Amino acid sequence: MQTIHLTIVLAPLLAAIVAGLFGKQIGRAGAHWLTILAVGLSFVLSMVVLKDIYWDGGAVENYSVYTWAVSDGLRMEVGFLIDRLTALMMVVVTFVSFMVHIYTIGYMHDDPGYQRFFSYISLFTFSMLMLVMSNNFLQLFFGWEAVGLVSYLLIGFWFKRESAIFANLKAFLVNRVGDFGFILGIAAIVMFTNSLDYMTVFGAAGDIARQDIAVFGGSPWNAMSVICILLFIGAMGKSAQAPLHVWLPDSMEGPTPISALIHAATMVTAGIFMVARMSPLFELSETALAVVLVIGSITAFFMGLLGIVQNDIKRVVAYSTLSQLGYMTVALGASAYGAAIFHLMTHAFFKALLFLAAGSVIIAMHHEQDIRKMGGIRKYMPITYWTSLVGSLALIGFPGFAGFFSKDALIEAVRHSHWEGQGAVYWIAYLSVLLGVFVTALYSFRMFFLVFHGKERMDEHTRSHIHETPAVVTVPLVLLAIPSAVIGWFTIGPVLFGDFFGPSIFVLPGHDVLAELGAEFHGSAQFLAHSFTAGPAFYLAAAGVLVAWFLYLKRPDLPEAIANRMSGLYTLLDRKYYFDELWINGFAAGGRRLGRFLWTRGDELIIDGVLVNGTANSVGRLAGTLRHLQTGYLYHYAFAMIIALTLFLGWLLWLQ
Amino acid sequence: MTISDFLPAAPEISLLCSICAVLLIDLFISDEKRVVTFWLALVALLLNIWVVVVSAPPDPTTIFDGSYIYDPLSQVLKVAATAVVALGFFYARDYLRQVGMLKGEFFVLGLFGLLGIMIMISAGSLLTMYLGLETLSLALYALVAFDRESPQAAESAMKYFVLGAIASGALLYGISWIYGVTGSLKFAEISQSIAVRPELNDVPLWFGMAFLVVGIAFKFGAVPFHMWLPDVYQGARSPVTLYIASAPKLAALALILRVLVDGLEGLHGVWQGMVMVIAVLSLVIGNVVAIAQSNIKRMLGYSAIAHVGFILLAVFAGSEAGYAASLFYTLTYVIMAAGAFGMVLLLSRQGFEAEAIADFKGLNARSPWFALMMLFFMFGMAGVPPWVGFFAKLNVINVVLDAGFPGLAILMVLASVVGAYYYLRVVWYMYFERAEDKSVFQAGRDTRALLSLNGLAVLALGIAPGWLLALCLAVIG
Repeated sequence: MQTIHLTIVLAPLLAAIVAGLFGKQIGRAGAHWLTILAVGLSFVLSMVVLKDIYWDGGAVENYSVYTWAVSDGLRMEVGFLIDRLTALMMVVVTFVSFMVHIYTIGYMHDDPGYQRFFSYISLFTFSMLMLVMSNNFLQLFFGWEAVGLVSYLLIGFWFKRESAIFANLKAFLVNRVGDFGFILGIAAIVMFTNSLDYMTVFGAAGDIARQDIAVFGGSPWNAMSVICILLFIGAMGKSAQAPLHVWLPDSMEGPTPISALIHAATMVTAGIFMVARMSPLFELSETALAVVLVIGSITAFFMGLLGIVQNDIKRVVAYSTLSQLGYMTVALGASAYGAAIFHLMTHAFFKALLFLAAGSVIIAMHHEQDIRKMGGIRKYMPITYWTSLVGSLALIGFPGFAGFFSKDALIEAVRHSHWEGQGAVYWIAYLSVLLGVFVTALYSFRMFFLVFHGKERMDEHTRSHIHETPAVVTVPLVLLAIPSAVIGWFTIGPVLFGDFFGPSIFVLPGHDVLAELGAEFHGSAQFLAHSFTAGPAFYLAAAGVLVAWFLYLKRPDLPEAIANRMSGLYTLLDRKYYFDELWINGFAAGGRRLGRFLWTRGDELIIDGVLVNGTANSVGRLAGTLRHLQTGYLYHYAFAMIIALTLFLGWLLWLQ
Repeated sequence: MTISDFLPAAPEISLLCSICAVLLIDLFISDEKRVVTFWLALVALLLNIWVVVVSAPPDPTTIFDGSYIYDPLSQVLKVAATAVVALGFFYARDYLRQVGMLKGEFFVLGLFGLLGIMIMISAGSLLTMYLGLETLSLALYALVAFDRESPQAAESAMKYFVLGAIASGALLYGISWIYGVTGSLKFAEISQSIAVRPELNDVPLWFGMAFLVVGIAFKFGAVPFHMWLPDVYQGARSPVTLYIASAPKLAALALILRVLVDGLEGLHGVWQGMVMVIAVLSLVIGNVVAIAQSNIKRMLGYSAIAHVGFILLAVFAGSEAGYAASLFYTLTYVIMAAGAFGMVLLLSRQGFEAEAIADFKGLNARSPWFALMMLFFMFGMAGVPPWVGFFAKLNVINVVLDAGFPGLAILMVLASVVGAYYYLRVVWYMYFERAEDKSVFQAGRDTRALLSLNGLAVLALGIAPGWLLALCLAVIG
């Protein structure tokens, strides 16, 4: 098994190195064959691991591969913790990555950076696997930063575009904020436990929760709350939770396969995975859970609203991703970690599908991304149309599709969670996820109708060239559409209510909402039927679709009229609540001003001026003075020798 | 006394015979064929190395009643000195031919100088030492004045001669004091009598020692007995400067190791202070004043003064590791100095002396390979890892720290930082300035190959310094 684990991780790394460094030698076909085979191998072996640990009842494996350093008792290791949570994540990551690899052949067909791109996505797969398979915080941090690095490289893949450079810098800086919190959290853990190993830390969780730490001045905070909130700040950066969400929409500057792989299906869910993995810590801090719940709710609802006013096809999907990440976060806050991971899994399939379908449309439209210039392309691209429909239905939670099971379970979990009856926090969360259903349906089908139905608004030249995309694009769409449609039906029982995660996720008995729901769960069909009567979620989704149909197909003149009537609200949404302005003009500009001050005053004036150049000038002046000792006169030279000799003799006399 | 008793002196005897042969043959060679003398001199040098190696007795021995020593240290120093002189002859050949000064005298004087160096290396008594020193010095005075037309050369030869005479006088005077106190001229006996009769360890002996230290410091070119050095380096023709800058440093090291360590070890506590003052002054003044120089030969002269500071501090530490460090430092420095002056010679030609640092401007555009070699020499001298100069400096700093002088170690590091400036300035000129001179090098293929080897050796020794360090420790022990 250990060889299999290592192979899963190292195959993509090796492929990335070869494709990256020897791209010229192996050629374009060589690069994509090599990386696809490597990732395919990882996928197959991940399935083997999942089969072993779930169906064959294999043991949880937790072992160290390599000890990098030991410093003052702190072991820094590379090691793997393979339990069911990890195995599930491995399968999701490698499957989506595998699909995206294939799809890339079609999408990047004419790009000069072909080999470089394949190298990057394989490197990403390696990094993500390191992250999910880690058994210690250091390797987690390594994977965390490595996926961030690849994300940065890929957002700026077309590095000659001004906007791509801006976007990747933005992603980088915003993630710095999150990662700063994250590493502080890890540092706090090391401070309390002097260990980086998950199991040691989880074992000491009870002790930490009983201790206090003074953060500001004298007021003591619960140590566990501080640690969990710091870790969650890291998750907020990586999983784009408000207010650190601003980088994700801009990340759409990267090629579409990347948006699907990194910025929808896998990397952005690292934060969700991390919190679920840290459940033994988060469970012990009510405060941290409340923070998680509220941040998630805000993101779920308000980011969804922004999707309604976007006109760039990829940005609509991006805001939808933000909103869905918010949903997962809410589930985490409600202690329904299983529901979060379950939604993560279904979301990975249908959101990757939606992105790749959007990419397919973009290819057909000759890289036009404005949905106002599309319309009626259903008849030109039947496969893309039907797969998009599956993806959209899954996203809005249409009964029977994958998203339905995960989202409905999630909403139910929030409704019945231990926060019930706790006032504001509960209602914020519950209303957000509920109203979010309506918003999701509205923006999803707004986009769907504008792109595939209605009048053909593109120019004549573009229209004459629209045709279905090649098989390398459509096959991954179909392969992703299948799980998007059916995976919920088959997996909700075992994954969500069948104690799938076992000991890998820890929930306090009083918090275990999924167990409560599980008691009432009697198969997928019953769950399906129950949804029509249990809550308003289904009707809200239906209402969203209807409103979208009415506004964008029946009365296409209305949206503009509404926007004009409610111009204040529209502007607020259009400017994305002014978060960009806050970050760019506030923090970034402030940071630059501080930097400029330190540069001109601190660096140029004091360090360069006084310390460095000052010293150099003094030495230079000294040199200028001392060189005059060398007069060129013989008798001066002889005199110096005699004087020195005399002084030495005098010194010897004095010594005596 | 049989002929085999003379075996330890075989290298000197055979070298003297070779020199006489070269001198005689040279008389019958026309000026056009003067290069034959060069090849003859080279053969003499190779022969000398061979004799040094094969004539070595199995154990350290002394002859002439202890006045003459053979030990592993002498063998290493002699081979190194001979090799460096050969290197210098090679670099000089093309230059001398171009400026029309390819004369037999240069090679013959060079060989005589080497003979003096070898006698100093094997000296077992103060008088032998003095004999070798004077043989070397007379050859050097003549070499400096070798360019008879040049008033500059004449001036520096005059300065060198007068100051050298004062230093020799001091040395002789010191020898007479020591002889007066201990009743012997041989290092072994001097050392013995100081050990047996501690009451000798007093002012009269100290005075003798002080005069000796002055003589040694002058030979090294250590501050404040260094004044001749920049003027001579600049005034002499470049091949002569190369000669002075390389092999005689090995002789000076032999001088200090034989006199102060073998002979006056018992006075360690007394001479340590003097050596430290001289070394620190050399370190500081050498490095600081080098910054203000625009002439590369003069700059390398001050740099030599600074390096001498390091060598003296290694001796100052007074441990076996310290003496080994000084040997390592001198050997590697001599290789680097020969290479650096070799570069100066490579750039010079008829009517153009590449004497200004600015003449190295844009060398990278003219010849990337030799710019890289010069970079090797400069980085080596500056002590940038992994070039060998780094380990040389590191060794010295280590032994000084072990001897319990952290302040001195810090000073050495700071002085090295200052020193890095003027070495890096040369590198800056080579790589980041535009070339004013576009001419092609006229040196022969063999010279270029040798210079490249010299540069690569500076790097290779830095990457694998272990064996040389072990050798230095072994011959000192």
